[in-house]
Amino acid sequence: MSKKLADPSIPKIPAGAKFQRWFGRNLIRVYMVVAFTYLFIPVAYTFAFSFNDSGKSNLIWKGFTFRNWQNPCGAPEVCSALGNSIKIGFLATIFSTILGTMIAFAIGRHKFKGRSTSNLLIFLPMATPEIVLGASLLSLFLVFKINPGFWPTVIAHVMFCISFVVVTVKARIASLDPRLEQAAMDLYANEFETFRRVTLPLVAPGIAGAALLAFSLSFDDFIITNFNSGTVITFPKFVYTAAARGIPAQANVIGSGMFFLALAIVIAGQFVNRRKAR
Amino acid sequence: MGKIRTPYLLLLPGFGFLFTFFILPIVNLAQTSTQTPVGGGDTGQYEQTFRFQNYIDAFVENKEQFGRSFIYAIIATVLALMISYPLAYAIAFKSGKYKNFLLVLVVAPFFTSFLLRTVAWKQILGEEGFVVPTLRNLGIISQSTTLTSTSFAVVMGMTYNFLPFMTLPLYASIDRIDPRTLEASGDLYANAFTTFRKVTLPLSMPGVVAGTLLTFIPAAGDYVNAAILGSPNTKMIGNVIESRYFKIVDYPTAAALSFTLMAAILILVTIYIRKAGTEELV
Amino acid sequence: MSFDASSARGDLILTRITKEYGDFKAVDDLSLTIPKGSFFALLGPSGCGKTTTLRMIAGLEEPTVGSIHLGETDITTTKPYQRPINTVFQNYALFPHLTIFENIAFGLRRRGIKDVDAEVNKVLNLVELPHLAGRKPTQLSGGQQQRIALARAIVNRPALLLLDEPLGALDLKLRRQMQIELKWIQKEVGLTFVHVTHDQEEAMTMADTIAVMNEGQIEQMGSPADLYDNPETAFVANFLGQSNLIKGTISGNDGDSLVADLYGQKISLPKSRSHATDNSIYAGIRPEKFRISLLNTPVSGNVLSGGRIEDVSYIGVSTQYQVAMPWGQELIVFEQNDDGVAPFNKGDAVNISWAPIFTFALRGDEDITAGSEVNPEVLDEE
Repeated sequence: MSKKLADPSIPKIPAGAKFQRWFGRNLIRVYMVVAFTYLFIPVAYTFAFSFNDSGKSNLIWKGFTFRNWQNPCGAPEVCSALGNSIKIGFLATIFSTILGTMIAFAIGRHKFKGRSTSNLLIFLPMATPEIVLGASLLSLFLVFKINPGFWPTVIAHVMFCISFVVVTVKARIASLDPRLEQAAMDLYANEFETFRRVTLPLVAPGIAGAALLAFSLSFDDFIITNFNSGTVITFPKFVYTAAARGIPAQANVIGSGMFFLALAIVIAGQFVNRRKAR
Repeated sequence: MGKIRTPYLLLLPGFGFLFTFFILPIVNLAQTSTQTPVGGGDTGQYEQTFRFQNYIDAFVENKEQFGRSFIYAIIATVLALMISYPLAYAIAFKSGKYKNFLLVLVVAPFFTSFLLRTVAWKQILGEEGFVVPTLRNLGIISQSTTLTSTSFAVVMGMTYNFLPFMTLPLYASIDRIDPRTLEASGDLYANAFTTFRKVTLPLSMPGVVAGTLLTFIPAAGDYVNAAILGSPNTKMIGNVIESRYFKIVDYPTAAALSFTLMAAILILVTIYIRKAGTEELV
Repeated sequence: MSFDASSARGDLILTRITKEYGDFKAVDDLSLTIPKGSFFALLGPSGCGKTTTLRMIAGLEEPTVGSIHLGETDITTTKPYQRPINTVFQNYALFPHLTIFENIAFGLRRRGIKDVDAEVNKVLNLVELPHLAGRKPTQLSGGQQQRIALARAIVNRPALLLLDEPLGALDLKLRRQMQIELKWIQKEVGLTFVHVTHDQEEAMTMADTIAVMNEGQIEQMGSPADLYDNPETAFVANFLGQSNLIKGTISGNDGDSLVADLYGQKISLPKSRSHATDNSIYAGIRPEKFRISLLNTPVSGNVLSGGRIEDVSYIGVSTQYQVAMPWGQELIVFEQNDDGVAPFNKGDAVNISWAPIFTFALRGDEDITAGSEVNPEVLDEE
């Protein structure tokens, strides 16, 4: 190249400044490693002790075995509790997703009187401690002489899941470009076709996310369930009662299994999103 | 005309449900809270006598647990904020192409049942776990000190369990900050600390407020951590409400306690939002 | 504050700067002196290293090797807040949570300046927006935000003001107006401005000196007229305006001129404008320097004969012709419309002539398409 000035030697960066740079970059990495270790310790523990050859009480490490994974229903009540949790979670997800999505469309897509009151009504259940939600619902059931059990639990779960569904779907609706719907109408789609062909497909990932959230909230709920389920044992309830005498390793198997299943769903979801984005 | 009705039709089923199973129960709870036992009736039979003294009795009798609930919840919230802020900041600004992956990692631990994780902490911190013997051998804690059945364990468990409620809103609001505004701050003579105080923190305030509320509210009403990781000396108000319902069958006191808890949280939250000064929160 | 503003003023000197990101060299052994008080432009396509250079001057990046001096002071590794240098960021980076007044006062407050009010009001008057002091940035139009970003930087009276594509987000008309205003403000405050842009017209309008960058290095540096009339490389010839580059060989020497053979036709060009290293050259002529004439019209200077008009585009101030030459190349000619209607028609057989002084010569082994591709960055940035 023509413009190389009378070459002075190349000035070096002083070692002190280089160290500072390195330190700044790595401090944050070290912090992240520590933080994630903290987050994952109980998960790793649960996973490790799912292989414990423990017999009844899974407190001390007694040796490695695959037996718990080969027979996850080996401990009494574990699988019936899991089944109840899945049934309740499934029903709660369906109802709360339908009801919540309708509300989200009403609030996110329409201007109407009472919209801010509606937002408040959605916000309140999320701002109320679970114990109050659980206890008040139980009082109501008692007044109407309804015994706590399976259906009261489903109702309770739908109630606290709705708000989360609304918030999730509403966020997705808000991020949509309104011009897309206008473009659809411009291209001869009526209101219903526009909704079915444009709006719904675009909001679908938000609805799917909301449904997953609802299921995991329902599946993992203990406090509200404890108030309204009566003699029905769900998986968290099973763990809570068993905790006193040591939970069986099969519960660890189920917990770890749920962990990997959920992880797989989330990763697959991200993968699909990235594929679509291309 | 159809267009005007549409939103109301969409709202009707959901709000009908919420009205029946959220509003109505709360109203009913308010009624229950002023009832008294039926003279000569069975356990669990109550009649409405508008006895507001119930509230005072309930509070006086359990003021210790009330105090503990709020102190534990506040400490857990502050700890969660201190742990989460650098984490959320690092994910938003320093993780490059691993951003999504790290976000999944933040949420992933919570795919395992929350009770299983709490029980795991109990065993990790318990006498048979590896933490206590190690700390004893290193002389950090005395031979007689235990970690479980202490307020330390309860607060730690709460901090851990509500961490994603703090991290995710913090991340959402830090991620929205244009990194060039931070560069501009440095360019305009602010050092790293001043940039944080004058630019990063104010811009992430919505996330801080949302995160602290989402952590504080469930923490204050929680009783699972206290039940599994604590002892009778660490009982929170949630434990009292639970036992009033199920063991003592004293519905009015339980209802009065629930209401007091809700009111106390509401007041604290209102003061906090005022102080945090984020009128543009929503 | 840890810098002494009085000593850290003077020319900005970059010495053999290299910046690597992994294997990629964003800036490659670059040396540069920017004189105090000048309006200097770094011009180049996206990815040429101009923004990286600017960020190293600002202190937002550190060079892998090399040094940066401001006057006598070495500022290579000092933090951005320790440098008397301010930046007008691309997309402005105004603080969304602060009012316009507080945005401008930000730097003054950090430096502990006493009379913040007076300084801020003065600079608000300079950019003619004193009535917006109480607003938030989001309530301002793009042009207003641009001026506030400028005010926020110059209120600190930096030794050096860096402008990172400052007009990129504005529409064409506003951009022209701001170019004139920026130049006026630079004269008014007497600061050194370093302006990074990919828009050659913007650089030529505003800067005293332009450095054209390509692939991490400076291709050529000089005044706008210098660069335009006497480009040293095909990249500069194509990136700044358009050029007709015709393959040829040097065949003789005539005092201050060289004689070149272009496909059998002899032309002459000034020695001072030849950048060839051997006899193989590309002769370069700007389209507006050409004159078209019908075959029987007498002409002087350099002549290339045997052309045929292929296409005529009327664009108001001028008419653009494409002329096919016997060796298969199409030359571009701009004719001023100062004598009425376009006099030539498609299919006319013509000669092309020009004054020898307007010819430059590039090395014969250059890639003559360098710098002429449509720049994707220009299309992206809306």
